[in-house]
Amino acid sequence: MDTIKQISIFVENQPGKLAELTRLLADADIDLRTLSLADTRDFGILRVIVNKPDETEKLLKANEWTYKTADVIGVKLPDRPGGVAEVLEAINEAGVNVEYMYAFVNRIPGRADTVFRVDDIETTLKALTAKGIEILSPEEAYNG
Amino acid sequence: MAKYWQEDMETMSPEDMKKLQSERLVKQVHHVYENVPYYRDLMDKKGVKPEDIRSVDDLHKLPFLSKADLREAYPFGLLAKPLSDCVRIHSTSGTTGKRVVAFYTQHDVDLWEDCCARAITAAGGNEDDVCQIAYGYGLFTGGMGLHGGSHKAGCLTLPMSSGNTERQIQFMRDLGATILCCTPSYAAYIGETLHDMGLTPDDIKLKAGIFGAEPWTEEMRRSIEKSLGIKAYDIFGLTEISGPGVAFECEEQSGMHINEDHFIPEIIDPETGEVLPEGSVGELVFTSITKEAFPLLRYRTRDLCVLSRKKCSCGRTLIKMAKPMGRSDDMMIIRGVNVFPSQIETVLIEQGYSPNYLIEVDRKNNTDTLDISVEMNPDQFSDKMKDVQDKEKALAGAIKTMLGINPKVHLVSPKSIARSEGKAVRVIDRRKLHD
Repeated sequence: MDTIKQISIFVENQPGKLAELTRLLADADIDLRTLSLADTRDFGILRVIVNKPDETEKLLKANEWTYKTADVIGVKLPDRPGGVAEVLEAINEAGVNVEYMYAFVNRIPGRADTVFRVDDIETTLKALTAKGIEILSPEEAYNG
Repeated sequence: MAKYWQEDMETMSPEDMKKLQSERLVKQVHHVYENVPYYRDLMDKKGVKPEDIRSVDDLHKLPFLSKADLREAYPFGLLAKPLSDCVRIHSTSGTTGKRVVAFYTQHDVDLWEDCCARAITAAGGNEDDVCQIAYGYGLFTGGMGLHGGSHKAGCLTLPMSSGNTERQIQFMRDLGATILCCTPSYAAYIGETLHDMGLTPDDIKLKAGIFGAEPWTEEMRRSIEKSLGIKAYDIFGLTEISGPGVAFECEEQSGMHINEDHFIPEIIDPETGEVLPEGSVGELVFTSITKEAFPLLRYRTRDLCVLSRKKCSCGRTLIKMAKPMGRSDDMMIIRGVNVFPSQIETVLIEQGYSPNYLIEVDRKNNTDTLDISVEMNPDQFSDKMKDVQDKEKALAGAIKTMLGINPKVHLVSPKSIARSEGKAVRVIDRRKLHD
């Protein structure tokens, strides 16, 4: 299945925590393909897609960071008005909920690749493919 | 294999025990009246003469001693023997004010070690055992007390003291320790470290643990028993009275037998000082009837608990005390409600969280705030913000049901709350700073 492995890391709201985490990844030569930070007063969740997911997991585990992995869908959105709306409508018609979404750091002109975390991956993939919407392969997501 | 350390005392009939206590009490009151001017003044003020105390039934006539008296009389005011007859000093941690120092003659040390040997024997310890003492050694009574008891019971004694947890585990494995003595929070930490080192209870030979010197819950007991593969026994004591071994648990694990041939317990109403009947909840009071150097009469412990003479399946007839529900020193009054850290700990474990937590109390805009940081384990984490917040809310709700007041719960990373090798720091009350 064309899903991408996302790693979500629990980051306590303390000065320097986020820097410490990203430095850890940087020193292991891990490339952050894209990231999103959700935060509250006490803590944040840093969601990342990296070039080397398995290695990243090992590194986090060894350094006692709390994390969880999830399968997410990458969609190759056309970079024009209505691009996001069309995808969301297709997902909605299929009766699937979007938990959250965030955009890729775009590298290809004319495309706004976006990450979707949904509660039913299989149905979403079918619905999007049926509408001719292109899905980002793990290979493309991790290595560009 | 002996089941009891001092069978005659531990299984004495209640009638004979009362007779023995009475004889010892009468003698002790004379000893104190003659040698401790501080207590003589208290008795004189109350109009009580040593002759008025003819049996344990007269105990209630004697004046109380409290921690405040110990501070006032510091350091020598309650000493009943010349210093030349004393061989040892121990002291409380003194975190809440002036330290309390207690003195021991050689005879006092011997009796105290017997009390600890009773606890070790009750936990199944004998000359075939290797007893690892991971209580702190030094002024604190925990290390030296169990150390002496372990010697007496004939165990091979490992005087590790607390700290250096990986070395503790290495010795435990290399020397085949069968009994571990330390604080319950340190036992939990040793269990955690064992698992972090990739080991299981099958890799060690421990069969029993004797844990005390701080409050712990039944849930924490089960979790330590599981992580170390042992049976965990509670032990109770206080420096003022001697140290660990004032009371100890048997295999029934339903309360601790008080060594009442040495320490007479009473339960009083903490407000009025009136003695309450057996089975009532109240403040625990001890009278030392065999100690020579530092014999406290009617010392108020601040521990709230219940006594019971219900027959015990272990055969001991020594009266039992329930696990103290908390020290009145530990009790916090938050928004007018009495809160014990042990209540919060119970909820955490029921809800599947680790017993590693920190309670912070403060006062903002004239309202008390209660913040509880709790470590979550990696399985409890979710990449969805809402799940984590729902978990915090659910836990806050469960704590509110228990306490009646609303806390703010903060889930934090595993191992982010400082571990302690001695008594755990569970509560920070910042309100005191503003007074």
